[in-house]
Amino acid sequence: MIVTFPHMGNVYVLVKTLFDEMGVEYIIPPKCNKRTLELGTKYAPEMACLPLKINIGNFIESIEQGADTIIITGGCGPCRFGYYAEMHKEILAGLGYNVEIITLEVNEKGIPELLCRLKRMIGGRSVSSLALPMYKAMRIQTAADKLEELSFRIRPREIRKGSTDAIMQKYFDTVKTVYGAKAIAHLIEETRNLLLSTEIDKDYAPIKIGIVGEIYTLIEPFTNLDIEKMLGNMGVEVNRSLYISHWIKEHIILGGLHMRKKQPFEREAEPYLKTAIGGHAQETLGNTVLYAKQHYDGAIQIYPLTCMPEIVAGSIMPSVTKDYDIPVLTLVMDEITGEAGYITRIDAFVDMLRRRRQIKEANNELVLSGH
Amino acid sequence: MFKKIGIPRALLYYDYYPLWHTFFENVGAEIVLSDRTNNKILNDGVKYCINEACLPVKLFHGHIVNLIGKADCLFVPRMKSVARNEYICPKFTGLPDMIRSSVPNLPPIIDCEVNLRKSNAQLKEAFFEAGSFFTEDKARIWTAAQIAMEANDRYRKQVEGGRLPAQILENRQVPDNDGLRIAVIGHIYNLYDDYINRGLLGKLYENGARVFTPELIQGGIVDGNAAKLDKKVFWSFARRLMGAAMHFAEQKNVDGVIYLMSFGCGIDSFIAELCERRLRRQTDIPFYLIVLDEHSGEAGINTRLEAFIDMLKWRKRNDSDLSAHG
Repeated sequence: MIVTFPHMGNVYVLVKTLFDEMGVEYIIPPKCNKRTLELGTKYAPEMACLPLKINIGNFIESIEQGADTIIITGGCGPCRFGYYAEMHKEILAGLGYNVEIITLEVNEKGIPELLCRLKRMIGGRSVSSLALPMYKAMRIQTAADKLEELSFRIRPREIRKGSTDAIMQKYFDTVKTVYGAKAIAHLIEETRNLLLSTEIDKDYAPIKIGIVGEIYTLIEPFTNLDIEKMLGNMGVEVNRSLYISHWIKEHIILGGLHMRKKQPFEREAEPYLKTAIGGHAQETLGNTVLYAKQHYDGAIQIYPLTCMPEIVAGSIMPSVTKDYDIPVLTLVMDEITGEAGYITRIDAFVDMLRRRRQIKEANNELVLSGH
Repeated sequence: MFKKIGIPRALLYYDYYPLWHTFFENVGAEIVLSDRTNNKILNDGVKYCINEACLPVKLFHGHIVNLIGKADCLFVPRMKSVARNEYICPKFTGLPDMIRSSVPNLPPIIDCEVNLRKSNAQLKEAFFEAGSFFTEDKARIWTAAQIAMEANDRYRKQVEGGRLPAQILENRQVPDNDGLRIAVIGHIYNLYDDYINRGLLGKLYENGARVFTPELIQGGIVDGNAAKLDKKVFWSFARRLMGAAMHFAEQKNVDGVIYLMSFGCGIDSFIAELCERRLRRQTDIPFYLIVLDEHSGEAGINTRLEAFIDMLKWRKRNDSDLSAHG
């Protein structure tokens, strides 16, 4: 049994740690590339959302390298993601691939079914043997997410342009080749130290932009034009509202134990969108309010074309913009890879934010400086 | 207290209007229904609604605009779930918030939440919330709710007995054809709004076809079929469509299947594909997908529909047992 899984930003760090520690044989799909997308758009339904298409591309590219089992997470609505696995099965079977798909979810058959599936994933060993590796993998994912967060703060302030990119590129290249939790943790720590010792302009107060929207397009750089890097290199400090470690902690660990507390974003979102509607619509609206309250210069909402929850959030966003005077740029991503249109809009947005800040500073409206 | 309530003739109107109408009438409200979908409603919908939304949601915005000035309040329930462990499209749940944010000069909106995912008990709250805008008499609200539920049951029985929702609600005439048997699968608000689908059902009738829609299939048959899937389709309305498609695939009692979806419909992007794959795998019944959007050019649909019907007739005349490619 050789296991594979779909890409979603740096999530492979978590999965790799887990499988390394469990001794499960696995293949990390090739980094999302043009061919991944081409395979996905060719075989997935035309109007399916972008993540499904890229998943299909990831799977085919992994199967070509010898994978025979696919692990994905599931759900029970209302977002389309909950029915992804069934679509994957149909499409891959239709193409004649003989692969098993193991969906990790609590469905109508309950927890015992989930345990059964987990057991299959780790080759019949007891599920309790997963506990420690899971814990380690979670800690590593948290560190990996914090590392990316740090790079978003360092990049706009670096003195020598390109130094953050070089450090991060080396990290991404290396992390796939080191084995086991200990080595990965060491690599992350090493990269963190490198970032911290990068020479930065301490007095520079960059424009600050919060990134909100649908989690997959937020986390997977291939689907968002590597926007954090792009903005960072324009001298903009970026804060991303969703991270996978945070999502797992909130929804799987605390949610599963019924210990999840109401989050600040939910309180802020409620006047605009009263209940959760699936996906990340409340996160999108609530976090935009929170960014505005923290004096961010603007926010960017990213989501895949036809994403149901984000369409609702996008429809309500003008009210947030009006109430909190925060400019929001919406980027809808699909399989069209022409970047120029997006780059022009992002450039113009950043220019506009700079100009706004200058005007505000001239009028002494801005009490707090950017940092 | 309000007197006149405006109900948009869109989205779940075709599923729940008898219930809503009976309920509000019995709590003493005067009901104002928006006009049948027309060009102005479509244009207003496109104007006020977010660009990325699907056509039915845009039309809903148009129907809301149509009601402004005609009623004291508007009824836009927050529909989250209509059956245990099931959901409906997230856009329905966010609809009241979308409307409030997008349409200016709105009267108050009654947006009681309907969420039956965990139990039916929540329905009672929804009735009391909606009724409290028209009367303080709780007993009256509860009686009205009972009568409304009965009206709803009667309506469902009528539909399952073979009468189309459009026949019951809009007095549409359905000829007693015995030509081609054509199944038309799609969300209820696409099937019965003649404007949205460019009069699809009428065109089929003109060609002598007998039309079968998912609503006409007994609930039990739909449930039984849908239960055969590896994983439950957790959207209530999509589950009905899937169950219906499986029924036609199994019975092989139709000459052709038309699937009607709106551009950008998240749910149908999956369900239409699954229905098509299943029909193609199990049968040789021709399948035709119509995607609706706000472009109002009708010629494209007409040409393709005529070609589809011609092909079905030709297959039937020659030998219906043989597949088209011999």
